[in-house]
Amino acid sequence: MSQPSMSEALRGVIRRDLLLAMRRRSDVAMSVFFVVIVASLFPLGVGPEPAVLKVIASGVLWVTALLACLLSLGRLFTADYLDGVLEQMLLIPQPLAVLVVGKVFAHWVISGLPVVLLSPLLGLQFGLTGDSLGVLTLSLLLGTPTLSMIGAIGAALTLGLRGSGLLVALLVLPLFIPVLIFGASAVTNSLAGIGSEANLSLLGACFLLSLAFAPWATAVALRIALD
Amino acid sequence: MFQTVALSGSRGERQLFSDVSVTVKPGTLLAVVGENGSGKTSFLRMLCGLLYPDRGAILWQGKDIRQLKELYSAQLTYVGHLNGIKDELTPVENLTVYACLAGDDSSGEIVQKALEAVGLGRQVHRLPTRVLSQGQKRRVALARLWFSSRPLWLLDEPFASLDTTATSYLTNRLQAHLNNSGMVVVATHQDIAVPAELVQHLRLTR
Repeated sequence: MSQPSMSEALRGVIRRDLLLAMRRRSDVAMSVFFVVIVASLFPLGVGPEPAVLKVIASGVLWVTALLACLLSLGRLFTADYLDGVLEQMLLIPQPLAVLVVGKVFAHWVISGLPVVLLSPLLGLQFGLTGDSLGVLTLSLLLGTPTLSMIGAIGAALTLGLRGSGLLVALLVLPLFIPVLIFGASAVTNSLAGIGSEANLSLLGACFLLSLAFAPWATAVALRIALD
Repeated sequence: MFQTVALSGSRGERQLFSDVSVTVKPGTLLAVVGENGSGKTSFLRMLCGLLYPDRGAILWQGKDIRQLKELYSAQLTYVGHLNGIKDELTPVENLTVYACLAGDDSSGEIVQKALEAVGLGRQVHRLPTRVLSQGQKRRVALARLWFSSRPLWLLDEPFASLDTTATSYLTNRLQAHLNNSGMVVVATHQDIAVPAELVQHLRLTR
């Protein structure tokens, strides 16, 4: 029997999850529409004053991205848990953390990447231009993978519990705060003409930190959930 | 050789079984029997390493499976109470993904052959598993055994929702595995048509 390499298993998980997402396109479309609609509600509520919209833009778009990530966390492990695939994954002769990285990456491609790609358009809607649009997109590109990583811990911890949706929110939203602060202030600083490099670097640091710890913590939580 | 030493397990507050010591030699089958709720599934999940025993140990070739971890996982194939297949994917996709992750040969031909061996013709290979019947889904899950080259098989109620044809396919496959000095642990309610000298029974009682 040939032992598969870790990267092969990683690719296998990513391919599988993306294939499943392709079969359930409505799920993906829903999180995209959610972002667009929520972001469009704010100008309607606050009023079309460009100066005001520009000020709230980064906060609104970041909170929207955060909520979109939160909404899709339920899909991360629950289906696999219910049909027994997760059980089989735990028995695969590869470190579970590697498989978790694969699943989280696929989750980000499905729920985070569309937000990143849409953000320039949504930013325009709020009157952001030029540099600040670029910073917004870059900050989301650096920040949304961290949200998926942290979210995975919460999703794994609440797996199989009743009312887990609300519990996930209570668990992970506080952990999202640093990412939200650095992400939103990157855009605010760029609007104010101050450099946003520091905030972007901090977002990068957050991502690396979550990449180092979150898969491992998620793997432990999954083992507990299936015990 | 596969051994449990004074194994005790519980779910929540409830003691399921205690001091179970049993040895499975190559080429033999262990049938785990007992009433509903006697802890057969928990026992099998414990043997997989999914559940932790309260006391006692599970030894693979004399080493504790908790130390072996992935080395032990590489020795076993588990077909659980749940089928572990995705409804959205076709039987072929399900098995290919599984084989790829588990490190078995996942070439198209081998997967096709496995599906044909459990009596699933080509007409269902490309359908989403969602539209298949319970028995057909079970067959897809069991088809994993046809390309598994691992020595230890842990099967939880493998005959559930299988018809007589599929039951005989599976029995033959188990027999072939035993002839190959494989080891099988089955939780089941029915008798398995393999020579009695190869079978030992373990009755779980509360």
